[in-house]
Amino acid sequence: MLSKRVIPCLDVRDGKLTKGVRFQGNVDIGDPVETARRYSEEGADEIVFYDITASHEGRGIMLRVVEEVASQVFIPFSVGGGISSVAQMRDVLLAGAEKVSVNSAAVKNPQIIAEGAAAFGSQCIVVGMDVLRVPVSPQIPSGYEIVIHGGRKPTGIDAIWWAREAERLGAGELCVNSIDADGTKNGYELTLTRQIAEAVRIPVIASGGAGSPEHMADAVTIGRASAALIASIVHFGEYTIRQCKEVMARRGIKVRMLW
Amino acid sequence: MLAILDYHAGNLTSVRRALDHLGIPAQITADPTLLRQAHGVIFPGVGAAGAAMAHLTSTGLAALLHELVQSAKPLLGICLGCQIVLEASQENEATTLGLLPGHCQRFDPQLRDEDGHPIAIPHMGWNTVQLQRPCRLFAGIDPASEFYFVHSYYPVPAPEFVLGTTFYGLEFCSVHGRDGLWSVQFHPEKSGRPGLRLLRNFFAYCQEVGHAQ
Repeated sequence: MLSKRVIPCLDVRDGKLTKGVRFQGNVDIGDPVETARRYSEEGADEIVFYDITASHEGRGIMLRVVEEVASQVFIPFSVGGGISSVAQMRDVLLAGAEKVSVNSAAVKNPQIIAEGAAAFGSQCIVVGMDVLRVPVSPQIPSGYEIVIHGGRKPTGIDAIWWAREAERLGAGELCVNSIDADGTKNGYELTLTRQIAEAVRIPVIASGGAGSPEHMADAVTIGRASAALIASIVHFGEYTIRQCKEVMARRGIKVRMLW
Repeated sequence: MLAILDYHAGNLTSVRRALDHLGIPAQITADPTLLRQAHGVIFPGVGAAGAAMAHLTSTGLAALLHELVQSAKPLLGICLGCQIVLEASQENEATTLGLLPGHCQRFDPQLRDEDGHPIAIPHMGWNTVQLQRPCRLFAGIDPASEFYFVHSYYPVPAPEFVLGTTFYGLEFCSVHGRDGLWSVQFHPEKSGRPGLRLLRNFFAYCQEVGHAQ
């Protein structure tokens, strides 16, 4: 029986974590490689790197980070942020990432999903979606709209429609991030997560709003997600990944408890 | 030395990195001399069975694999490798290597998970393996350990070769073979400590057999 996954997300700029990560013992660490290794040892099922580097030079640094992670961490990890071509996908995958994630670039050029899936297989292609709650309208019948550029730019695209379209084009997984819930620590947007999980047959990762392990448990039960993405609740040492998983296991959720 | 068979089926470096980490000498190669010299051969791969078989046949590697197995060279198939060692695949209606009797088939989208929801395809994530027969690859690995899977097709070998099974909508074979010719549907190189242990167990077997010869 497949386990629900717990996935810490690390933001990286110019090869460094943008926020320090604090493990038990209160050591601040800014090194993405060391942090990924520690999270893997703490029981992370997968790791997401989100590269917020803007410059071309920074991209080269990120590829070296990916290579380092791949030689030290033996669980799957994905890299997203600013990937807009099949050539960039290839670089990241050859450097050792299991998956690449595309977000704004896929909204602007949906064919990149199909091209990436044809070149590397659907299992490599994650489509990240930033979603904002809006009034229901003929254009946005679900009341959830896709926004791009880190949530700043509305697109007029309905999130449920886009989820199905991404699946049709060959996405292997969707990472659904609620802009409304993001940073609130009040829990994931469960209605959105569930609507998308029920609209597609590919796995959905819930993102945005995790403030406690209970929220994570909600995401994979009420929200029907396959995985819960987390950031600050583990980065700042509030909870360990093991503690999160123990809470989920007590709720009867199958999670990987042995590593 | 372990040879990682290079047959243009996806990125093979993750297996090499895992072996490097374990201090096991390894080389990604399609060179028949190196493959014959190796203590054992790892046969990984992701992608489509049809394209992979076309490449193996046109390069003569298919025939070489038969030769290696006949000479009792230890072989470990991973993921796509685990599928194409069998005789046929539903994927691209391909005739595959036939090193072991059996075929592979696609997960039926009508299958339901334990909550009654339709299963997602591919089967992607961490799952357990129930050993049906003793298997040296799993020596020292806790039976509750989980392994990382990513696949849409699953192997159906002849029943006597089923070594381990996994549940996803149905109970399917996730480990098959016999001593020296093993295949795993999951990715040991991405399965954390238990996966690394499995690779180490394979190498230990290869060394043992190599020394005995």
